[in-house]
Amino acid sequence: MDAYLIPAVDGVAYGLLLAIAAAGLTVAFGAGGVLNLAHGTLIAAGGYVAAATSSGTWPSLAAAVALAAGVGAAGGGVLAAATAALQGRGHLDQALLTFGVALVGADLLTAAYGSDTLRPRLPEVLEATVRIAGHRYPVDRLAVLGVAVAVVAAGYVVLHRTRAGRLIRATVDDRAMVAGIGVNPRLVDAAVLVAAGALAGLAGALTTPILGVGPHTADTALLLSLIIVVCGGLGSVPGALTAALAVGVVQTVGVTSFPALAPYLLIGAMAVVLLARRTSLPAGASA
Amino acid sequence: MSGPQHHISATVVRALARRAQPWSAFGLAAAVVGAVAVSPDPYLHATAARMLPLAVLTVSVAVVTGHAGLPTLGQVAPYAAGAYATARLALAGTDLALLHLLAAAGAGAVTAGALGALLVRYRATVFLMLSLAVAELTAITAAQWRTVSGGTDGLAGIPAPRLLPGLPPLTADRTVLLYTAAVAIAATAAAITLLDGDRRTLLAAVRANEARASASGHQVTAYLWTAHTGAGALAGIGGALLIHTHRWITPADVGFTTAALALLAVVIGGATSLPGAAAATVAVLAVRDVVGASLPGHAPLLLGALFVTAVYLLPGGLTALSARLASLPIHRRRPTLHTPEGPDQPVTRSTP
Amino acid sequence: MRTVHRIDPDGVPSQREPGDIDRAHGNGLVATGLRHAYGQLTVLDLDTFTVAPGDRHAVIGPNGAGKSTLLNILAGTTRTQTGTITYNGQVVTRRGPAWRARAGIGRTFQHPRVYPNLTVLDCVRMGGWHHRHQPERTPLEALDLVGLLGYADYPAAALSHGHRRMLDLAVALAGQPRVLLLDEPAAGLTDTLTTRLLDILGRLPGWMAVVLVEHHMDVVAALADWTTVLHHGHRHTDGPTDTVRADPAVTALYLGTGGDDAAHR
Repeated sequence: MDAYLIPAVDGVAYGLLLAIAAAGLTVAFGAGGVLNLAHGTLIAAGGYVAAATSSGTWPSLAAAVALAAGVGAAGGGVLAAATAALQGRGHLDQALLTFGVALVGADLLTAAYGSDTLRPRLPEVLEATVRIAGHRYPVDRLAVLGVAVAVVAAGYVVLHRTRAGRLIRATVDDRAMVAGIGVNPRLVDAAVLVAAGALAGLAGALTTPILGVGPHTADTALLLSLIIVVCGGLGSVPGALTAALAVGVVQTVGVTSFPALAPYLLIGAMAVVLLARRTSLPAGASA
Repeated sequence: MSGPQHHISATVVRALARRAQPWSAFGLAAAVVGAVAVSPDPYLHATAARMLPLAVLTVSVAVVTGHAGLPTLGQVAPYAAGAYATARLALAGTDLALLHLLAAAGAGAVTAGALGALLVRYRATVFLMLSLAVAELTAITAAQWRTVSGGTDGLAGIPAPRLLPGLPPLTADRTVLLYTAAVAIAATAAAITLLDGDRRTLLAAVRANEARASASGHQVTAYLWTAHTGAGALAGIGGALLIHTHRWITPADVGFTTAALALLAVVIGGATSLPGAAAATVAVLAVRDVVGASLPGHAPLLLGALFVTAVYLLPGGLTALSARLASLPIHRRRPTLHTPEGPDQPVTRSTP
Repeated sequence: MRTVHRIDPDGVPSQREPGDIDRAHGNGLVATGLRHAYGQLTVLDLDTFTVAPGDRHAVIGPNGAGKSTLLNILAGTTRTQTGTITYNGQVVTRRGPAWRARAGIGRTFQHPRVYPNLTVLDCVRMGGWHHRHQPERTPLEALDLVGLLGYADYPAAALSHGHRRMLDLAVALAGQPRVLLLDEPAAGLTDTLTTRLLDILGRLPGWMAVVLVEHHMDVVAALADWTTVLHHGHRHTDGPTDTVRADPAVTALYLGTGGDDAAHR
């Protein structure tokens, strides 16, 4: 029983983290059409900063999380400025630009933090395990699960109960309408990229205690986020949350049960979703 | 405006000029290869030969990105299929180069055809996104499928191919260079020939206005799938050349950096110009090797910086570039045309 | 085949003669039970729409009446959410635009761009691609017909708006359609080009069926023998063009919406 239950709980926790990571990517794509291929690099940057900052004390842990989110937001800001300069050129150039940034970023991160997998030092309480209903479970994962639930809930509230959140959702639905009520949609795009960066950094920080952070983190995080964005329906946050939970569980249970097949399970699932979903002609060619 | 004779003669001249460009590029390529081959430095021969597999891959990326209009990182999948098919054949004792090339082209076409069945229904950034997943999947597969790929250690000691049974294997650096250049130039020439004339026009029409093309009865998805699959065969040939020039392979050779480099070269070299793409590959690789020597281990940094620079510096970027190149000979003569009999804007309002 | 003729509570039944409808079922284009909505907004709700060989069927209505949606659904550019479309008695509801085009349903676009990076001549060649071995007219003749022969060699992007519209028409005609769907062919045309357009459309072969979405009432009056008026996606009225034009309710419809004076142009 433990063999499946523990990975399943891990999977839910991982899924929530992936949801935090992918939410920003999907909103940026849905609202401004920006496909941010540097998203995984921001996640890795958050992870590295957190792992380097957290030194086993509670204040350092808090600083690590805050710094990771800040670094992510700053990265998002840089991307917003860089892609805004290409506004007139179309989304493909923006995607290619973020791709170049991702290559540079990955190299700089490896240069700064080395090519080993880093793990943060956590306060001792978090390094222990507890027994819950007869199952042993690491405290740090429970803490991550708790924080992830809190962030997802907070994200939901922001997106649905605040003016900024409504504006973002409105931009995803209909850019022209947002412009019509006197808000520059490009400002929304930039804000979304910054917020997405902060969430990516946060997700990176929250993931490091479980998985660590290394040279492959950026690629893996980007790939998983893209799968989530595609499967969840481009631009849909609830879809991304559902897809992220599924990916988290499949990835965790899959890796423990049949490690060789895990990547194909995800890609296979994505292929099925793509085939099942009907596509329409790209807009702009005609009326 | 001049008479119809002028138009017809101008058309002929331009058609000739357009046709002449790729073939003069081949003359130039042959001259450069010849010059390198004449030099006495075997290291130069090996270095030049090892650039060519990637140049063929880039040509295949240019077919998909520039002609089919689908920006791709995923051509490393047929490239890997061709490479591993060749490696396995050679290790199994089949050393005929032509067989390797045919098998690699077949493996590449099958791989790209299967992937294309899923991918070609998508466009632009979504296609790019999905092709990125394909590139990642290729690297994962190459690392995990140990019975074929030898895992992350890769395959080493692959026997050299023979041109004909009984001939000595292709091991000398100069011979390998000449062989590889011949195959690369022939493959590129074949691609240019296949993409000339009406096929080129059909793809240009589909790229420009898919809705209009569909409304004229063109099966857009089928055209794109065909181009994608054909480009897969080309990438497979590139994979075979990778084995023939290196004689070992690791998953990193068909990894993400390779995909990124090929797309970068297409961005720089001109999306619809196949010789341009090949030349850009050689240039990018040369820069990487020269600058990379002073910054060991930082190839991605350099590649990324080149990418950012290319996107910013090339006017209009990749998307505009393909349109610009496609219509360059005409545009140069008549930048704009304002006809006397009408306003440029519709005067009625229209129903959405 | 299901032919449930739902009575649309907000629209009126079609006044078409049973004979015309029968001819459409045999050799024309018939749409039944079309309903199309974007979220809460219903843009089209039409019990039947028929066009038989030789018909000149105009569709008019204020902005947002669903005219273009109807045309896109008939052409296959937009897949209908509910309803059935038959062509030559064969169900084509699930056929895409390319299949329908090869079967003989041609169209023009409201915002014609054709292929900006191709020459004008190549644009028409691509339009007649599927008939290149038995062309009805050569591409050059098609260009001559719409008055663009002198521009054969120019990039399509260099054409003025009016000429792009004429090129779009030439591309559609090169496909040798049996049903021709025209989406506001006269919009933005100068008087000279409008006269030319009327001349071309007036000389289309008698067996061809034409559906004309148009704002210009004089174009509708010159070409169409039957007119359907759409309003908020419903059939407001239909009948012979002269009767519809004389109907004060139709004029009121245009005036009442305030935003469009095209009916009086």
